[in-house]
Amino acid sequence: MTMKKLLIALVFSPLAMMMAAPVAIGAEAGYRLDRAPIDPNDVVSLQSGARTFANYCLNCHGAQFMRYNRLGDLGLTEAQIKDNLLFAGDKVGDTMKTSMTVKDGKTWFGVAPPDLSVIARARGSDWLYTYLRTFYRDPKSATGWNNAVFPNVGMPHALWTLQGEKALEVKTTQEGGHATREYKWTQVSEGRMNTTQYDTMVRDLVNYMVWMGEPAAGTRKKVGVVVLFFLGVLFVLAYAMKRAFWKDVH
Amino acid sequence: MASPITAVWNWIDERMPSIGEEYRKHLSEYYAPKNFNFWYYFGAMSMLVLVIQIVSGIFLTMHYKPDANLAFGSVEYIMRDVPGGWLIRYIHSTGASMFFIVVYLHMFRALLYGSYKKPRELVWIFGVIIYLSLMGEAFFGYLLPWGQMSYWGAQVIVNLFSSVPFIGPDLSIWIRGDYVVSDATLNRFFALHVIAIPLVLIGLVAAHILALHDVGSNNPDGVEIKKHKDANGRPLDGIPFHPYYTVKDAAGAVIFLAVFSVILFFLPEMGGYFLEYNNFIPADPLKTPEHIAPVWYFTPYYSILRAVPPLFNSQFPGVMAMGLATMILFLLPWLDRDPVKSIRYRGSYFKYALAIFVVSFLVLGYLGTQPTNLWGQFGPWLGNADVATVAARIFTLLYFAFFILMPWYTAIDKSKPVPDRVTT
Repeated sequence: MTMKKLLIALVFSPLAMMMAAPVAIGAEAGYRLDRAPIDPNDVVSLQSGARTFANYCLNCHGAQFMRYNRLGDLGLTEAQIKDNLLFAGDKVGDTMKTSMTVKDGKTWFGVAPPDLSVIARARGSDWLYTYLRTFYRDPKSATGWNNAVFPNVGMPHALWTLQGEKALEVKTTQEGGHATREYKWTQVSEGRMNTTQYDTMVRDLVNYMVWMGEPAAGTRKKVGVVVLFFLGVLFVLAYAMKRAFWKDVH
Repeated sequence: MASPITAVWNWIDERMPSIGEEYRKHLSEYYAPKNFNFWYYFGAMSMLVLVIQIVSGIFLTMHYKPDANLAFGSVEYIMRDVPGGWLIRYIHSTGASMFFIVVYLHMFRALLYGSYKKPRELVWIFGVIIYLSLMGEAFFGYLLPWGQMSYWGAQVIVNLFSSVPFIGPDLSIWIRGDYVVSDATLNRFFALHVIAIPLVLIGLVAAHILALHDVGSNNPDGVEIKKHKDANGRPLDGIPFHPYYTVKDAAGAVIFLAVFSVILFFLPEMGGYFLEYNNFIPADPLKTPEHIAPVWYFTPYYSILRAVPPLFNSQFPGVMAMGLATMILFLLPWLDRDPVKSIRYRGSYFKYALAIFVVSFLVLGYLGTQPTNLWGQFGPWLGNADVATVAARIFTLLYFAFFILMPWYTAIDKSKPVPDRVTT
């Protein structure tokens, strides 16, 4: 009997393994990621993130699979989208394209800025949240900026007027074959926001980008609850039917 | 006066009696052992998933574009702009992994109860061909979203063929239709995924079931129910598949669909295992990802591939080992020399061997999802070898030992007496 239980446990153990070891990209970077305190149900935060996204990110990045009018899901009316978020000439049914061409992007930054439609699904919210808060001044880089999470990134600090400029000192200590890095941040110049305000703004932005990665996620979960409830009822009936038929099997 | 339904049925039956004959032969008068347990759900569940995949696949092809410039975007279009498209897509992506889960459990059941043994060798062989076709189907399908993992996964696997001596390089170009994985590759993989392999799969499933119904189902006791029949020629321990197992499988299917739904609606990425995170980055032929991992259901074999050291700078030995690891399944009915089928009455050698095999398969599967430096390196005394690679080598040996040593340990195993009739 114990052997049987052992075998059953073994067969189902991959599930446990899966839960224990997610393989996220960006995990190879040395900088420890902060947990992004996002909330997909916080509509105010999502709207504020959408505004930041349209005002800052869309200058260089596109979100070519995301339609403006889908922002209606966040409680915005077409008029609000038109007045506050659209570039001149765009229609609400258009997708979020950037005015920067791929060629210009390559010339200016070395690589074309990636499309951000599903970037949150590739990178994860923690990565984005940490990445957008860890730019620092680096005279050695072409743009004058560098990033602790994404070393030698081509992107300059697009939000620097808000966060101000930071400097980073990395101390590497060797201990028994393992290198440990210590990060020391200093504020070089003040931005328009203090740290709390800036973190909140980035939180909202990341919240929005996660939502944009899968706008149907909310619907998905709601439908899921209904489906599981239906299957629960169906099981009661199916099981009753099985019992009824199997009464005469001995 | 017959009811209208009976009248219609009679009208058909007079003109095409084979419908009724086949219905009786495979359902209402197919006698299955009455003692099927939990493990016997997964055959029916595999058929259910096959249907789910075909139906959801049909709807996906209505919106998907097999074009290197449009493929990634068309999947996002399905996820965003096609009404209910996200549901269809997640059904299909979850279904792919669920297919392998139920097939692996179904194969494990065969190992537990000796379902591959005489007279069911052909059932097993058709099953192994189904499994191999399913791997092909999954591999071709995985390229279609045209993400980074789609692209580089295909690149790595097709490159394996280039390690074949002499014809390798030409062979891999012939498979890709180009020097790298490209639009031509995407188009042919699409054709293979949506029509060629599915046709093969359906044919093989039919053969698998016909072969099974000719010899009759095995059961957890591993005894032949056909040995004891009543005056009408019906097995005493058998019950008609319909309605008994149709209603039982229906209840099981509801539970299965509930598990399916929990993943589909609440964990569609399954922590990066069912939908890899990197695959949300569009394919970029110029940017190789740091860590290329195939989807979880291929990883045991991928581990074996990586574990075997190259010979004369050629990966061919690893490729051979990987091929052998799947092909050896065909020999199973002849490697097992114990006349006892079910693990319930087999000796302890087989039980331990099976346990070690399952552990090896799972560990290899896990290691295949991870980079080889996962567990660090041994010291200079072992040439600074990666711990994970050494582990993969040991478990690869154990994987093969299960098969290669089987004729020996099954012959000397001390089995228990097998009952004459099924126990409950």
